[in-house]
This record gives sequence, C-alpha cells and structure tokens, in this order.
Amino acid sequence: MIPASFDYVRPQSLEDALAQLGEHGDDARVLAGGHSLLPVMKARLADPGVLVDIAGIDGLSGISESEDGITIGAMTTHAEIEASASVQGRCRSLAEAAAAIGDVQVRNRGTLGGSLAHADPAADYPAVILAANAEITVAGADGERVIAADDFFTGTYETALGAGEIITSVRIRASAARGSSAYLKAAQQASGFAVCGVAARIALDADGAVERIRVGVTGVAESAYRATSVEDALTGAAPSAESIRKAAATAGEGVDALDDFYAGADFRRHLAGVYAARAIGKAWIRAAGE
Amino acid sequence: MEINISINGESRTFDVEPRTLLVHLLRDNAGLTGTHVACETSICGACTVLLDDKAVKSCTVLAAQAQGCEVTTIEGLANGDQLHPLQEQFWEKHGLQCGFCTPGMILTANQLIASNADPTDEEIRHGIEGNICRCTGYQNIVDAISAAAAQMRD
Repeated sequence: MIPASFDYVRPQSLEDALAQLGEHGDDARVLAGGHSLLPVMKARLADPGVLVDIAGIDGLSGISESEDGITIGAMTTHAEIEASASVQGRCRSLAEAAAAIGDVQVRNRGTLGGSLAHADPAADYPAVILAANAEITVAGADGERVIAADDFFTGTYETALGAGEIITSVRIRASAARGSSAYLKAAQQASGFAVCGVAARIALDADGAVERIRVGVTGVAESAYRATSVEDALTGAAPSAESIRKAAATAGEGVDALDDFYAGADFRRHLAGVYAARAIGKAWIRAAGE
Repeated sequence: MEINISINGESRTFDVEPRTLLVHLLRDNAGLTGTHVACETSICGACTVLLDDKAVKSCTVLAAQAQGCEVTTIEGLANGDQLHPLQEQFWEKHGLQCGFCTPGMILTANQLIASNADPTDEEIRHGIEGNICRCTGYQNIVDAISAAAAQMRD
C-alpha cells in the first residue's frame, strides 16, 4: 500500500508553513506524526497534492508547566505525554489517554496535535480535552486564536479548525487542590481504538461536595461529547458510589450512537454509562485522597 | 527528492519519490531485506526499525520524514560474527519459529531494554503489544527478551 503521488515540503518556520498552506489551499494537508494521515493516504481515502511536514519547525514540541497549568506543543508525541511527570501531576487523565493509544511504536510517532486535527470519533484524546476544558491554540494567516474544547469537535473527522490553520499547542489548567481526573476505555480488541472511552475531571470543595465536574465521552457517537446530564446530577453534593452509578447511567441516554458489527448502538450507550461510572469513581477517589 | 539518512551507522543518500515509505527505501533502495513488510497498516510490527533509537513502524513513516535521522535495522545489531544478546537469546530460547516477526520483535525489545534494563514479564508483554507473532504463542519471545536483558545487565 503506497500513497498516490504528492509534493512534499518541510518548512522551517510556522510562517513558511502557513504560507505553503495558503498557496496550495485545499490541495495541501499538514503532516505531523503521520499516524492518522498516512494510513488514510495509503488506503487512497485521501490524496492531497502537497504535504506540509511541520516536523522541522522549532517550538511546536514539548511540555511546559506554569503555576496554574500545562501547555503541550502540538508536535509532542503520545509517548512523551504518557511519560511526562508534569502531565501525570497536572492532568492524570491525559497521561492515561496517551498511554492507551495504539502501541509503543505508534505512540513514538503519533502527536497530540495530529490526533486532534484528525478528530477520529474513536480517538482517545477528545474525551480528555472536553473533560479538562482544554484550550486549543491555532495559528493561521490572520494570526493566532484560541478554540475552547467545547467548540472544537464538530463532527466525524471535523473540527473548528479553519482552512490553512495549524494547531500549535494545547493548554490545560491544573487539577484543583482537591481535584483529579481519570480516563478509562473499552478498546476494540483488534485496533485498540475506543469503542467507548470516558474521561472525568472532578474538583471537590472543603466539605467533599462536588464543586465542578466535567465528563467527556469518545467512541460512542459520531463525535466526542460531554455528558452534561451526568455533570448536572453530581454537582453540588457529596458523591457516593450509588449517586455516581445513578448519575452515570444517563451518559449514553438519547445519544445517536455509532452502530457497527463490532458494537451496536444500544451496547455503546450502555458502555457509556458503565465507563462513566468507573471513570468518575476513579477520579473521585483520587481527588478525595490526593 | 534527495534523502540523506544514516543506516546502521553508514551515511547514505537516495533519490526517491516523496511518497516512498521508509520500509521500501530500506528494502528496495538500500537492499536491507531484514525489515519485513506484512500488514502495511501499522498493526503487525514486522516492519519495526529504530529511528533515532525509537521503535517505529517503517510502513507508516515516509522516507522523507527520516531525512537526517539515524536508522537501525536488524542488520545493524550484530557486531561482525558476534550476535547481539537479543539475537543470541531468541536463538537460545527458541523465540522464533518461522522468523517473520523476529526482526521487528527484536528491535522493539531493544528500545524496551534501553529504557528498562530489568523488565518484568508483564512489562515485556506490554512493550511488545505492537508486534504480532503467529507461531510461538509469545511465551518463548518473552523468555528470550528477559534473558537478553539479564545478559545485557552483566
């Protein structure tokens, strides 16, 4: 399996990359780690005329920590995120999602920005991005802008990224003092992609009541979504195993779920409830204990 | 396009199409057929090589992306007639039957041992999850990697 012919450019600066995208328009695609784009091109499901490889641009990779959060460069690999003490400390669910992607070799090449831009409905990161209320910084011909997680994923393989824009970094605020997060998934046994993946991020007040909670679900619907009914039911009260189970059961309710030979729509909606309960329970125990 | 790449310590230059995959450059242009092609969909791991010391599936890397990088293939592991400990232990422990997956297994294991000199069996199994073997049932592969790690610690 070999992709159709294309031209390859490797700009050394963001400005050059944006200029290349501007020049070639719809015919150009950004190449990050290539672990979503190249398989699609090899299967001839995409045949861009120009690949703009952004691996040569300084400053798009790495993880920096500030007092209130972390900023992760778009070209940072899953392996780097998985192994980062900063990520483990500030947003544990993101490290868990990175570790759950593919296998060692895939995690060595695949990147955060590439995965987000590809927006596979069964990718792991979107659940965490939604639960962590991440901010996605993108660069375009008109400069930089920040896209909120809630606005980013717009459909299957569709995002709020505009024509000619490149994701440059993702910013996530650190967990609250009494807060934590968790990501759990039911993986498709052959591909490893999420049949259902749930990320929960929780902040408790001094009395142990839920001050804030966000729950992101991936793999179930045509795009990752927030289970707001679950969040609303749990906010304001001290949780219990029973209240979490009851609230989480609604995570798949009313969702227009994916339906294929591997997992039917009803099963996926059921999994959403089960995995929401497990992820919230795990985040809660961590938050209460940490 | 022109690609400069170091393969097993030797600097090489190739003229290839941009769409050339690293695995094909290694096999067809460099003549190193120890790197195998099987699923071609980044699942099976038979095409695994080290790219700047990290295990990657060379069927899902463009040769162009390896520009300026160091590639290690199975042909680069032995020191003359002296087998690498991983090669020696795959032989000793019967870690292969048909041998098709073996180059990829060994290079993935190489990265695993480089970051974890004394891996548990569970860590080894987790580390080679991206490499599929249809013959052995994996047990002897795990034994071989464990024995190689021990040999490399000595």
